[in-house]
Amino acid sequence: MTGIATSGRAGRRPRPQLALLLAAGLVGVGTCLPALYLVIRAFGAEPAQLAEIVFRARNLMLLGNTLALVALVLAIGTLIALPMAWLVTRSDLRARGLVTFLMALPLAVPGYVMAYALLGLSGYYGFAREWFGVSLPPLHGLWGAALSLSLYTFPYIFLNLRAAFLGMDPGLEESAASLGRGRAEVMRHVVLPQLKPALISAWLVVGLYVIGDFGAIALMRYEVFSYAIYTQYAGAFDRTYAAWLSLMLLGVAALALFAQARLTRSRRFARVGTGVQRRVRPVRLGYWAVAAWGWILLVSLAALGLPLAVLGHWMRRGIGEIDWAMLAQAAVNSGIAGAVVAVLTVALALPVVLLTLRWPGRFASLTDRLAWMGYATPPLAFGLAMVFFTLAVIPFAYQSHGVLIFAWVMTFLALALGPLRLALMQIGMRPEEAARALGAGPGAAFARVTAPQLKGPMVAAGLLVFIAVVKELPLNWMLAPTGWRSLSTTVFGRTVEGMMTEAAPYALAIIVFSAFFVGLILKYEGVDRKESGRG
Amino acid sequence: MTFAPGNLIAGRFAAGIALALGLGQMAAADTLTIYSGRGEALVAPLIAQFEAETGIKTDVRYGSTSEMAALLQEEGTNSPADLFWAQDAGALGALAPVFAALPATENEKVLEVFRDPSNKWVATSGRTRVLVYSTERVEPANLPAKITDLTDAKYKGRVSWAPTNGGFQAFVTAFRLTHGDEAAKAWLEGMIANDAKVYKNNGTQIDAVAAGEVDFALVNNYYLGRYTAKDAEFPVDQTNFEAGDIGNLVLVAGVGIVEASDNKENAQKFIDYLLSPAAQQFISLQGYEYPVTPGVIPHATLESLDAVQAISPKVDVNQIGDLEGTLALLREVGLL
Repeated sequence: MTGIATSGRAGRRPRPQLALLLAAGLVGVGTCLPALYLVIRAFGAEPAQLAEIVFRARNLMLLGNTLALVALVLAIGTLIALPMAWLVTRSDLRARGLVTFLMALPLAVPGYVMAYALLGLSGYYGFAREWFGVSLPPLHGLWGAALSLSLYTFPYIFLNLRAAFLGMDPGLEESAASLGRGRAEVMRHVVLPQLKPALISAWLVVGLYVIGDFGAIALMRYEVFSYAIYTQYAGAFDRTYAAWLSLMLLGVAALALFAQARLTRSRRFARVGTGVQRRVRPVRLGYWAVAAWGWILLVSLAALGLPLAVLGHWMRRGIGEIDWAMLAQAAVNSGIAGAVVAVLTVALALPVVLLTLRWPGRFASLTDRLAWMGYATPPLAFGLAMVFFTLAVIPFAYQSHGVLIFAWVMTFLALALGPLRLALMQIGMRPEEAARALGAGPGAAFARVTAPQLKGPMVAAGLLVFIAVVKELPLNWMLAPTGWRSLSTTVFGRTVEGMMTEAAPYALAIIVFSAFFVGLILKYEGVDRKESGRG
Repeated sequence: MTFAPGNLIAGRFAAGIALALGLGQMAAADTLTIYSGRGEALVAPLIAQFEAETGIKTDVRYGSTSEMAALLQEEGTNSPADLFWAQDAGALGALAPVFAALPATENEKVLEVFRDPSNKWVATSGRTRVLVYSTERVEPANLPAKITDLTDAKYKGRVSWAPTNGGFQAFVTAFRLTHGDEAAKAWLEGMIANDAKVYKNNGTQIDAVAAGEVDFALVNNYYLGRYTAKDAEFPVDQTNFEAGDIGNLVLVAGVGIVEASDNKENAQKFIDYLLSPAAQQFISLQGYEYPVTPGVIPHATLESLDAVQAISPKVDVNQIGDLEGTLALLREVGLL
């Protein structure tokens, strides 16, 4: 305990509230359960079999494929997101609000729908053949997987970069320019370094997602770790090899987390001066606006037009058979579950972020890293771990909503950390310190000064989690109460034997549902910007 | 203690968890819990009919057969499931330890070819392994006589398979039993060397043939009917290999009662229902599969069961449940 107190700003700050430590403890336990389970399963093997499993040459191939996929997805995602973020924050592009919405909207598209959409381009019943009479070569393997994954994950990079652009102090750029630096030099030496933390944390969100994703990868027939893990459970009924592969995957994730911590450590870009932060004068695009709109159109068509067209295509073949009551019930179930998980996740993320920002040290950063490990754990392994521990410790709660919600909170906690952390960093300690100087206690100062400013980012973080829950499949499928129907499990139940027409209305409902909340995210993010601008 | 929002939030969180834990544990004891590895489109109407006829309430958990099997293995003796309805005999065989023994005469209700000698599960429908081919790019004269012909250079890069699929794995097991492990390994390696394309399942393989990605696919018989029923022009057809070839293997989907069930009586009623003429007729008409009980008319597009039996290889169905060697082999050649 003393370690925690002294590793902060010794003497000046009180030790963290018990509630913060309890929250951190909960995160630690929750996210360690899957790893513990995997270790139990992994060592269930005979030593001879074990050596054979761990030292297979195939594992190296899987690792190489996984890394190649992550690199390509991040590259494509950044190529889309960076120009877009710059356009909507720094240029005189028209309809910037609309462009921002369009670029955030692909968040609403489930991965398996995106993969089907890309596959639907080619194929016997594909668009290319049905509408234009040409047969396109199918998108398979590395490029197919990378394209489908980047087309719905790039919004995470976009939103992070946009927030970073908006939070940047134009004073720095103006100083550099006044010292005789050209525009390109200012970009390279002043702007890009400031974008780096946001970019790296977005890469982490997307990269960890990519190594754990299964849906899109299976359809694109590209063999990576997650695919191999699934194959072992599903095709081979082999939990030992699957556990080993999952542990290797967690090792990769831990390395990525370590690297991220090293790369972003001790960087501070908070405003130091006093006074009101000014907006940058927008760059005039001139004729470049045409190119900008071309790029926007292309990305929108690929990331939104394509999946919607494919769903429309399936719908047209079976519109008469929709069971509206069932659809409504599934939507209500998904909505309630998403809302409960979103509220709980934000409630748990706030103490974790407060701990890491205000009592930095080993304990805090361990908690933060563990939250990310929860996000990186392959869902199938997480689900089976919850099955194992629930039955062993609290069998009465097996297949209850509680366990499912707990698993979701632990999985998506990391998504809420980013927005809250950024907001708290931008608000800083000064307003609260002023309140303390005026006699308010630490809790009261936080509640009256900082908390009201956090409302926007908290809602935005919650909505991000909400959308993730509505789209989520493996945990939902494995842990939900039997007979309880959500939108994503219904899609799954109907695609399992190739019944695309029957699945389409539910997939469309997920997109429409989530799209509405993407709009809200931007609204609340916007509120926050204005407030911090005034602050 | 002063007002601390952290405490308040933690308190609300704990209350939320407590509330949520209480929900969802309300399933009545006499409700029949069915884990279905078969799709909802086929299963839901049958279950509705069962509920209407018997007055027994059911809860159904849908997923793919193999994921359900992983779940059941993890649950072991604590499983809330009463029944598991699986897509293939491989999964049923792998789960034999968690199944209760069925009444001694249960398997006598189904045709001999479909019986499980261990009497741990009973077949609910039959299907055969077939060769699907493109009618646009394959001349009937160029169809292979034996499945082992597919390693020939003229099929290089033109054939697809699904090594993770239960039906395919059952076929490999049968291959090993009939021709020996060495021959099975040689065939698998020959196929890999001949650039056989890997797909996820039967449906995606048929899509691939129609789209021109491959010209031949090794699949179960009942998938193509779903395409041709909606589109008579669909450019894909299917065929058997020569009589007795291992490629014409007969397989089953089936159901077993979970040993941990406290509702075995109703579970048995559900099995009785699935073997009733009405249910068998529905499965055949809706799913293009073979009925397993005598006296039910198969879907009109199906070859007669007698004809199928005449050309299918003689393999002990129960042996197909022994997957271990097949998985080891598939791993050895690098397919898993």
